[in-house]
Amino acid sequence: MNARRLFGITKRILRQLRHDHRTLALVVVAPCLLMTILKWIYSDNGPVFQRVSGSLLGIFPMLIMFLITSVATLRERTSGTLERLLISPLTKLEFIFGYAISFGLLALSQGVIVSTYATQVLNLSIARSQLLLIWIAVIDALVGMAIGLLVSSFAKTEFQALQFMPAILLPQLLISGLLVPREQMPPLLYEVSNFLPLSYAADATRKVLSSSDSIMRDSLILIAFILGLLAVGSLTLKRISK
Amino acid sequence: MVTRQKKIILDSISIDIPVGTICGLLGPSGSGKTTLIRSIVGLQKITSGEIEVLGFAQGAKALRNLIGYATQASSIYEDLTCLENINFYLSLHPRSQQSAGELLEKVDLTQQAHQIADSLSGGERSRLSLASALVGTPKVLILDEPTVGLDPLLRREIWQVIRQLAGQGVTILITSHVLDEAENCHQIILLRNGKILATGTPQELKFASKKESMEEVFISLVEKR
Repeated sequence: MNARRLFGITKRILRQLRHDHRTLALVVVAPCLLMTILKWIYSDNGPVFQRVSGSLLGIFPMLIMFLITSVATLRERTSGTLERLLISPLTKLEFIFGYAISFGLLALSQGVIVSTYATQVLNLSIARSQLLLIWIAVIDALVGMAIGLLVSSFAKTEFQALQFMPAILLPQLLISGLLVPREQMPPLLYEVSNFLPLSYAADATRKVLSSSDSIMRDSLILIAFILGLLAVGSLTLKRISK
Repeated sequence: MVTRQKKIILDSISIDIPVGTICGLLGPSGSGKTTLIRSIVGLQKITSGEIEVLGFAQGAKALRNLIGYATQASSIYEDLTCLENINFYLSLHPRSQQSAGELLEKVDLTQQAHQIADSLSGGERSRLSLASALVGTPKVLILDEPTVGLDPLLRREIWQVIRQLAGQGVTILITSHVLDEAENCHQIILLRNGKILATGTPQELKFASKKESMEEVFISLVEKR
């Protein structure tokens, strides 16, 4: 891995984001707005707000990074820029790390802003450090990024890429403990939810909000998801086509 | 030979392009031009035969610093400015002798340096794409339809850039479906239905079929079959 090239691609992706004000608004404003609505709905019911917040804070980074990555990498695939990169000195690993670092930084800023807003303005109580909340947001976002990279190879248009959102992300949200705690769901649904990354992101967020339980296991599982999905995703960056 | 889903795309192609020359790959759309150049840059798997570029086998790692490639669709980042586009490609190559400003000047885009590529005209886009292909001072330049949608004046300017590069020892393979652009090339390959119809210098081809323009040469060659 060459630092100059890695820095080059990271800088390029961040610059693209900087020119894209709508995406930046989506990353920061949308989660704050949705959290505000949630707070309003449960204004008389603090405990439910706490539980549902776990799922919601878990879905934002994953959903948004999924959207951005799937569209961004699809554009690289369809515009010919990916081909140009594949025959340039840039390696696949540098390509993937470039995306991971820039979207990781974006997720970091999102995590800081959204968690600060939730605790300071919406009075969301956190049992532990806010840093843990931000940490989960970042690895959670990287899972979303890895899913986005992978599905972009199964899509021909940006519309097709977006179609994966209701198919892949929304079911995860429903059974991540948003509606009822995961353990109280029918056994089969509970088992299925054990195989989905969002469940662990939501669990970890809830733990940080209202317990002193360790989030080590959840973090490791999320990191395993990132590495696994990126490994499969890198196979789709084929240099030579049949 | 290249086959895709059991369909033969390219068959019995044998060409030799001398270093420092401009080779024009001409033919109607669907004749296999893009597949042939994708094979040469190393993006297309070939079913049989072999390709060698500057002494390296197809797709060799050493070629990544040596080949510049501009695809048919202008492969640029539409959400970046011209300068940012070039600067990005510059960061991927070992420090090159040319600066982003010089590259933009070469394709006459200095005025548009800070313009977002999204707002460029079709011709400006393909010139930006060409400038991106020049990053890293490649020894081999492969251009897929670089003059599409350009007015005659700009087309002439692009050809001046191309001739100048060839003068510096760069080997250039260029595709076009405009047969009359052949006049600018040292060597012509006429492609049709995945096969070579004829090859030679523009003069040779015109002389052989006793025609005035490449368009007529092509028609007479097809009719002869």
